[in-house]
Amino acid sequence: MRLSELPKNLPATVAGVVDAVADDAIARRLRELGFVAGEPVRIVALAPFGGDPLLVQIGSTRFALRRSEAARVTVASADGAGA
Amino acid sequence: MSALQIALVGNPNSGKTALFNRLTGARQKVANYAGVTIERKEGHYTAPSGRRVRVLDLPGTYSLDAASPDEAITRDVCLGRHPGEPVPDLIVCVVDATNLRLHLRFVLELKALGRPLILALNMIDAAERRGIAIDVEALSRELGIAVVPTVAVHRHGAQALIDRLDAQALPAPQPHPVADLHAEVRRILAVAVSSARDSAATDQAIDRIVLHPVIGLVILAVLMFVIFQAVFAWATPLMDGIEAGFGALGEALGALLPDGVLRSLLVDGIVAGVGGVLVFLPQILILFVFILVLEESGYLPRAAFLLDQLMLRVGLTGRSFIPLLSSFACAIPGIMATRSIADPRDRLTTILIAPLMTCSARLPVYTLLIAAFIPQRTVAGVFNLQGIVLFTLYVAGIVSAMAVAWVIKRLRRDRSEHALMMELPSYRWPHARDIAIGLWERAMIFLKRVGGIILALTVLLWFLSSFPAPPDGATEPAIQYSLAGRIGRLLEVVFAPLGFNWQICIALVPGLAAREVAVASLATVYALSGNEDGLSAIVATQWSLATALSLLAWYVFAPMCLSTLATVRRETNSWRQVWIMAGYLFALAYLASLLTYQIARWLT
Repeated sequence: MRLSELPKNLPATVAGVVDAVADDAIARRLRELGFVAGEPVRIVALAPFGGDPLLVQIGSTRFALRRSEAARVTVASADGAGA
Repeated sequence: MSALQIALVGNPNSGKTALFNRLTGARQKVANYAGVTIERKEGHYTAPSGRRVRVLDLPGTYSLDAASPDEAITRDVCLGRHPGEPVPDLIVCVVDATNLRLHLRFVLELKALGRPLILALNMIDAAERRGIAIDVEALSRELGIAVVPTVAVHRHGAQALIDRLDAQALPAPQPHPVADLHAEVRRILAVAVSSARDSAATDQAIDRIVLHPVIGLVILAVLMFVIFQAVFAWATPLMDGIEAGFGALGEALGALLPDGVLRSLLVDGIVAGVGGVLVFLPQILILFVFILVLEESGYLPRAAFLLDQLMLRVGLTGRSFIPLLSSFACAIPGIMATRSIADPRDRLTTILIAPLMTCSARLPVYTLLIAAFIPQRTVAGVFNLQGIVLFTLYVAGIVSAMAVAWVIKRLRRDRSEHALMMELPSYRWPHARDIAIGLWERAMIFLKRVGGIILALTVLLWFLSSFPAPPDGATEPAIQYSLAGRIGRLLEVVFAPLGFNWQICIALVPGLAAREVAVASLATVYALSGNEDGLSAIVATQWSLATALSLLAWYVFAPMCLSTLATVRRETNSWRQVWIMAGYLFALAYLASLLTYQIARWLT
């Protein structure tokens, strides 16, 4: 499943980052920020006005990601579903 | 011994600037990199050995694979291929000891360059408090570079780094090719770092409240209200004091000097001009105290998080909110505050619409015209008609700003997706020293770069309003015979369709110095010699309602403030942006006034 679809506070693990366009600079930056396979990830808050952006915690670092950015990250929830 | 040239690099939020402040104190120089709006900060200190050390504070970056112009500067300097910068003798990489998982990846990237490198393990005290144990020797061994713990916010927190830099030249590391930087980071963390408990628990607890969809917005609204009040109200006594002080100085000077051109130049040109520059300082300083505290504490990105979606809809970003709010007091500190917007495209859009926020200098003009033309009447039982008109003028500014932002979004060639991807750093107590240095920098930038332009323009406007002198036996006020008066008469041709009479047109010329000056100038034109109380009566009897409404519409939009344009020049480093802004504001103002005047005349 995509990170943008992950329910709030459900622990998950990053599977990878998918390029949305060719040579996707945003996807590249996400990988540099630590969104790489195996990292534990969790959505800790949703912004008002439509729940966008998301506050994503990866390790002990928190990033605000817009949904279109989070949609590039694929995750597997900790109970193994939705990979 | 030649000076040692070091460059500070690191991820955003690594405490790099605090370390820079700690090393160099007030011995800093802030400029721009050639051709771009990115700030270049350089400072120096003298090492215990007597050697001079020049420190370059490079823009924070997550990676050498640059994603923005400021990151590209850091990359180019580190690679030694920036045309304007010497290759640094040593790169000091600053990392947040509480966030090594993110920051070590960049260290490995830098190490691969094979240049002399040392790691400043910053905020080591915060790591200890959070139960993160770091084996510094193991970290140094595994990275293959020297590691020095630092606490940039403590008085002697950088001493170990200073001593280490002074001791001996640091060797370049052996670059080992690493296939997977993240795997290498994990390996090093496993060897050198152990964390006793969830280190982010405090931040999470605060964020649950601060980022709550309802409570978070209430907190934000209260904060904004306090900031707005402070910039608007607290600054007023200081500004009045500065104005009164310079008024008294002008009078004292005037009494000393014989009547003539020199006296007029000193009193009405230079003293008034310097006063006109300094009068902005209270608002700028008060606003930046708040912005720096919010930035340092980690709140500013959280406010941007809360408002991002709202601002994104019109083509802005959450970060635009505070600069725009500040522009209600005055566009100059507002435009200077756009520095907190990292993305150049978003920053430029914010700068371009900032003057549409109704600044406090418009109030005297609005008050004069509303008092003269809008009757004191109660509408629907509770509302004051004059209040409604004033409110409408504010709303007109906001709505048109949103519309302009939306149009800019449609027009610009670059339609690519600009990412938010914003780190929300750990909450930190702001430190008075860093705030003070930040304030000092803002004040100096304003006084040196903007102040010069404002002063020059004030003297120019004085010249236009004073020369040539009226002929002997002249009966009309002197300003009518001056160049400003002649320009005003010429402008009447342009502004007649808007219903502006020649008196208004003349007042518009000196009014370029500051909007509220137009009121005083009108009084001068009507030969009231500073008696502004009588102006309302004259205006009410001699002007039509359509003319008054038209002038109100004009002041909602018109680029009637040269100081703002000077600030835009300084902040964007481009005259082109100044012309674009002045041009579109002038066009909007002309159109709005034309429509207002013609419709109002047709209706009345």
